[in-house]
Amino acid sequence: MPPLPAGPPVISAQQLSKHYGDFKAVDGISFEVPAGESFGLLGPNGAGKSTTMRMIGGVSQRTSGGLTIMGLDPEDHGPEVRAHLGVVPQQDNLDEELRVRDNLLVYGRYFGLPMSYLKPKADELLEFAQLTDKASAKVDSLSGGMKRRLTIARSLINEPKILLLDEPTTGLDPQARHILWDRLFRLKESGVTLILTTHYMDEAEQLCDRLVVVDKGRIMAEGSPAQLIREHSTREVLELRFGSERNTTVAADLQGIGERLEPLPDRVLIYAHDGEAALEQVTSRGLKPLTSLVRRSSLEDVFLRLTGRSLVD
Amino acid sequence: MTEHGAAPSAEELAVDRPYRLHAHKPEVSASRARKFGSWYYAEHVLRSMNSYRWTLLASSVGTPVMYLFAMGVGLATLVDRNSAGAFGGVSYLAFIAPALLASATIMIAANEFTYPVMDGFKWRRVYYGPHASPLGTDQIVNGHVIAVTARLTATTIIYFAIVAAFGASPSPAGVAAIPVAVLSGLAFGLPLMAYSASVEEDKGQFALVMRFIVTPLFLFSGTFFPLDTLPVFLRWIGWISPLWHGTELGRALTYGYDLPAWLVVVHVVYLAVLAVVGLRLARSVYARRLGK
Repeated sequence: MPPLPAGPPVISAQQLSKHYGDFKAVDGISFEVPAGESFGLLGPNGAGKSTTMRMIGGVSQRTSGGLTIMGLDPEDHGPEVRAHLGVVPQQDNLDEELRVRDNLLVYGRYFGLPMSYLKPKADELLEFAQLTDKASAKVDSLSGGMKRRLTIARSLINEPKILLLDEPTTGLDPQARHILWDRLFRLKESGVTLILTTHYMDEAEQLCDRLVVVDKGRIMAEGSPAQLIREHSTREVLELRFGSERNTTVAADLQGIGERLEPLPDRVLIYAHDGEAALEQVTSRGLKPLTSLVRRSSLEDVFLRLTGRSLVD
Repeated sequence: MTEHGAAPSAEELAVDRPYRLHAHKPEVSASRARKFGSWYYAEHVLRSMNSYRWTLLASSVGTPVMYLFAMGVGLATLVDRNSAGAFGGVSYLAFIAPALLASATIMIAANEFTYPVMDGFKWRRVYYGPHASPLGTDQIVNGHVIAVTARLTATTIIYFAIVAAFGASPSPAGVAAIPVAVLSGLAFGLPLMAYSASVEEDKGQFALVMRFIVTPLFLFSGTFFPLDTLPVFLRWIGWISPLWHGTELGRALTYGYDLPAWLVVVHVVYLAVLAVVGLRLARSVYARRLGK
C-alpha cells in the first residue's frame, strides 16, 4: 500500500450529523482528509453520501458535530469555503440556454475572475475535457458523458485545490466512464484533493487512496481498498449458480467449503483463499453448478459482508 | 462586465507557458463574491436572456404596437367620438397608454418570476450551480431580480418611446412613467417570485396565476375605464392591484391626471411595500429550499 500523503487535513469532520425531522441522513460520522489524498465515500443510494458532500460543500447546514474545510467552518465562512472548492454535483446543472464555452465563463464570474483570465482558461479546460470542438455547441446537444466532462471542466475554472465529486460517473456508459476516470486521475496526479462518492466499487478501487464505507448515515469501515478487502474478505471468491430455484437449498450441501458462504437469490458466493481448490471440493461432493467463476475479492464483497446487502440494488 | 488587465494577444496565447494562467486566491474570490455577487449572477441571467434576444425584442416592440393600434387607434376612434370628456378631457389613447405600460411590465414579471424560478430549482436546477460557488442565496435572488429589472426597464423604454410616438404622453413629466411601470412590475413580480420558489411541483399553479390573477387584474384595475365606473363590490380588485396603483401614478405623470399628493404617496408606498416584502419573502424561501 502506498503511504498516505502527509500534511494537515484539508477536511476534518467530527461526529458530523444531519437530521431531517426524525430521519438521520448522516448520523455522527468522523474523518479527516489530508491534502492531495483521494478520499471516497462508498455506499448504496440513501446512505447519506450526498448529504455529507453538501455539508462539506458549504451549501447545507449540519444538525450537530464539527466540520472544517481548510480550517474554516462552512457555517461561518460559507463564501470562503466554497471559493476553495470545485463541485461536481450528482445531477448536472449546466445552463442549457448558454453555449458550452459560455457555461465556463459565467461560472468563472461567480468567483470574480476577470475575462482576461477566463477566456484562455475556458479554452484550456475545454481541451482538458476533450470538448474543444464543442465550444460553441448548445449544451443540450451534448451526450451524457460530455455534459459530465463539461461539469468537471466548470468545477475547475477557479483552479480549486479540493474537488468534490458526487457520483461522477453514474448513468454513463463504460467508455465514457473510462475517459472520465482518466481525467480525474490526471487531476489527482497534479495534486488536487479529490473527495468522491460512489456506489461503484470499481470506481472506488480505481480512484481512491482511502475510503469509508457508509451505510444508513454511519461509517461501517475505513481504509484503503486493498486494506478493506484484506480485513473484511478473503483473497478470492467462487461464484456458483445453480439456477434460481436451487441456490438457497444447495447452500446446506456446501457447508464447510471455504471460509464463509453467502447464498444470494441468483448465486452462491464462497469466500476462500484459493477459489479453484474450493471449486474442486464442490464438484467432489457431486454438486454440478450451472456456471462457476473464480474472481478476486472486491469492495462489493466488503460491503456485502459489512451490511448484508448489495451496493447496487 | 469588468475586464482586469489587458487580454493576452494571439501570440501570447499561442505560446504554451504554464505560468500564464493563474486564478486569484480563494480569499479574493470570496471577498469579490461577497461584494459583487448579485451582479455576477445578474450577468449570468442576462446572458441567458441574450440567447433569445430577438424574441424578446420582437415582443417588446410588437406588443405595444399591437395594443396601441387596436385600443388606442381602433377603439379610441369610437370612444372619443361618443364620450369625449369621460376620460378627464384627454384622448382615450392617452388614457390607456399608462395602463398598457404598467400591464406590460406586470405580464413580463409574471413570466420571468414563474417558470424560470421553477427551472432554477427543479427542471434544470440552474440555481444549484451558483449555489455551490462563493455566491450566497440572497445574491442569487438579487441577481435574478436585477436581471429582470433590466429587462423590464429596457422593454418599458421601448414601449414608452412608441407611446410617445403615438402622441399619447403629452406631459414632459411622462418619462417618469418608466420607473413607475418598472416598480409596478416588481410590486407584482417579487411576491410571485416568493410563491414560485415555494412550489415543489408545477401542477398547473402557474397557469392558474395567469388566468385567475393576472387576467382579472388586467381587466379590473382601471385599465380600460376609470375604476369608479365599476360597481363598488368590484372596486377592491383595483385597490389591491399593483396595476391600478401604477396606472394612476402613470396617468398623473403622462397627462397631468389630477391626483392629490397624499394619494401619490399611498400609491408609491403601496408598490414599494409589495416589492420589498416580496423580495424579503423570496430570499427566505430561496435560502430554505437551496440549503436543504
